[in-house]
Amino acid sequence: MKKSYKRSRKITNGIIYIILTVMAIFWLSPIVWLLIRSFQGEKGAWITTLLPKQWTLSNYTRLFTQTDMFNYPLWFLNTFKIAVFTCIISTLLILMVSYCYSRLRFKSRKAFMNLGLVLGMFPGFMTMIAIYHILKAFGLYQSHISLILVYSSGACLAYFIPKGFFDMLPRSMDEASIIDGATRSQVFWKIIIPMSKPIVVYTALTSFLAPWLDFIFASIIMKDNYDKYTMAVGLFKMLERENLYEYFTRFCAGAVLVSIPITILFICFQGYYVEGVAGGSTKG
Amino acid sequence: MKAKNYHMMSGYQKVIYHLSLFFKNLPHNLKKFFKILGKAIACFFIRIVEGFANFGRTFSEGNKFTKLSFLIMGLSCLIYGPFWMGLSFFLIEILFILFIKEFAILYLVDLTTLGTQAEVETFNEAKGIMEYITADNSMLILLYSVLSLVVICIFIIAYIQSTKECLNAQHRHEREEQAQSFKMMLRSLKDENYHITLLSIPTLLLICFTVIPLIFMILLAFTNYDANHQPPGNLFTWVGFGNFKDIFGKNAIKSYTFLYLLQWDLIWSFFATFLNYILGMILAMMINKKGIRGKKIWRTIFVITIAVPQFVTLLLMSKILGDNGTVNLILERFGLQTIPFLTDGHTARIVIIIVNLWVGIPYTMLITSGILMNIPSELYESAKIDGANAAVSFFKITLPYVLFVTTPYLITQFVGNFNNFNVIYLLTGGGPQSTVLYQAGETDLLVTWLYKLTINYQDYNLASVIGILVFVVSASLSLIVFNMSSSVKNEEQFQ
Repeated sequence: MKKSYKRSRKITNGIIYIILTVMAIFWLSPIVWLLIRSFQGEKGAWITTLLPKQWTLSNYTRLFTQTDMFNYPLWFLNTFKIAVFTCIISTLLILMVSYCYSRLRFKSRKAFMNLGLVLGMFPGFMTMIAIYHILKAFGLYQSHISLILVYSSGACLAYFIPKGFFDMLPRSMDEASIIDGATRSQVFWKIIIPMSKPIVVYTALTSFLAPWLDFIFASIIMKDNYDKYTMAVGLFKMLERENLYEYFTRFCAGAVLVSIPITILFICFQGYYVEGVAGGSTKG
Repeated sequence: MKAKNYHMMSGYQKVIYHLSLFFKNLPHNLKKFFKILGKAIACFFIRIVEGFANFGRTFSEGNKFTKLSFLIMGLSCLIYGPFWMGLSFFLIEILFILFIKEFAILYLVDLTTLGTQAEVETFNEAKGIMEYITADNSMLILLYSVLSLVVICIFIIAYIQSTKECLNAQHRHEREEQAQSFKMMLRSLKDENYHITLLSIPTLLLICFTVIPLIFMILLAFTNYDANHQPPGNLFTWVGFGNFKDIFGKNAIKSYTFLYLLQWDLIWSFFATFLNYILGMILAMMINKKGIRGKKIWRTIFVITIAVPQFVTLLLMSKILGDNGTVNLILERFGLQTIPFLTDGHTARIVIIIVNLWVGIPYTMLITSGILMNIPSELYESAKIDGANAAVSFFKITLPYVLFVTTPYLITQFVGNFNNFNVIYLLTGGGPQSTVLYQAGETDLLVTWLYKLTINYQDYNLASVIGILVFVVSASLSLIVFNMSSSVKNEEQFQ
């Protein structure tokens, strides 16, 4: 009796291993394909063999040496710069707003929160053109500051998840310190923030990644100013029809280089990410 | 089904019970919603009337300085203190007058017509060159008018506040109290008024980059700003509800496109949400099953696919599945028929849903594994004792439990998929193009259609109408979430 139970469990586990392996192959194959193509010697996106005939590192080296048309290292710096500033500014803003809504009670708090909710429900693409003209009127057209401003302002509406997190922290702690004479700003900086490491990491991570992933808005602001491009816009440009044949393998190499740091960041902070998303989205 | 039997229901019945309750209560909830909305509007008007009444009272109670403060903002404060407050109100007034005189008035006068003088080319014979007569630009008139109106609204709030403060200053003077010093004000901004410090910068950013653009785009829905009316060469003007009438039947091809895309959008969001959800959960359960080794490695393999940027993986997919892509080349080599993965409408739709599984399953896996670990193990043990097999315990315990916990998440996912831009745009670009649709392809969602209309075809008016309609759909779905989650909150927890 016991033996047959053990055997049947072994069989089900075996089946699960097989399914998981098949799925893993299916899920990883596009990424492996990307890696292989980045080492491919011959040009063009369409090749008839599964593996390239010549292997080469020149796609990587040329990304950094042939910078006359597509300046990959400059894009990398641009994106890094924008990402660092966006990360700092929008993390601060999000935490400030969510602390404010979670702990402070003031007139028209509900009105502000509802307004934020309504504003967030309009599709973001609707406002792109107007933002473009406003930035032009401010003289910020085709500048990195404009991207930092726009990404950070979008972040002001993303207060749900951190607010949910702050709501769950015990109130007794900050009430006690207010009785002891601490100001609300001291409570925020000295008590709440140190207690909220997961949510700080989560917001910092998501806002740091936003500029690496956005290509629509950056391409509308930067138009054809190649030197101001961010990574995503530049790589997108490489795959346009007229560049496809010449640059496809280099696109693959570039994409691999972008993905590595993002993947490492993501795997390191996986736990915080899950905590943030799951905590905020299931609370309702 | 009666509520008192609730404890005797199985998990499934509970979920169905909640759903039926929701639909049964829908008219009631909607009525409640409109009641609240009506109350809010009434409250708003009452507050305006109250504001005017206060205003009158302030005027009648004030002495000559306070009365004069209605003309020169902050005068009483300047005289009775606090001086800093009076000075800042006075500066606000001067800046506002300058703003109106130098900027706003130029655009606000043309707001009703949106400009009359289009740009005309004339040949200057003396210089021998083409010259442009300076002309109105409808787009800038509208944009700057919106900006001016927002500034005016903010000024009105400041103005009302200033009259209140002036009266306060007078009263304080009469009672011979000390005015609040500048230092005290700064201190209060760190403590009891800390919300002003925290919210000022975000509000400013939101007004500049969300509120003003949104008002501008909503107003565009009532104009004829399309490809044929591009200022400065061609001005556009107000057309009332014309664009909405076009979408709802007057213009056959536009309304057909709208309905066609709405239908596909709903089908897509349904499959994208629920297939991903169930399959992702099954994956999470397989990884979390007792006796499966290397849980961390399996999870990391799938997480890698989330971490690699979507624009990279999806662009690659579109190249792999394209007509001359790798898959078709392999099929050709084996002498098989090639498949038009992305160029045939129906196939493309199925392919998109399948590729979206590739994108979405790891994500659901990540989120549900946390929840799965929290299911009390006693439930499974007692089920096992009762002789339930794996399938039964999945359908009777796991699925209802997780469904119950994640309903709000599911509906936000549904709204997110309804507006899912990346997958469609990067994979097919909305294609294949169709001749029976207006500027759209067969796999376009409403948002990608909106994007195409603004960027490729400059039909801004139609795009704004669609934006508003998408808002209506997402808002009503979110309304359901709030109803649901409040009903979940009021109910006792699952089990």
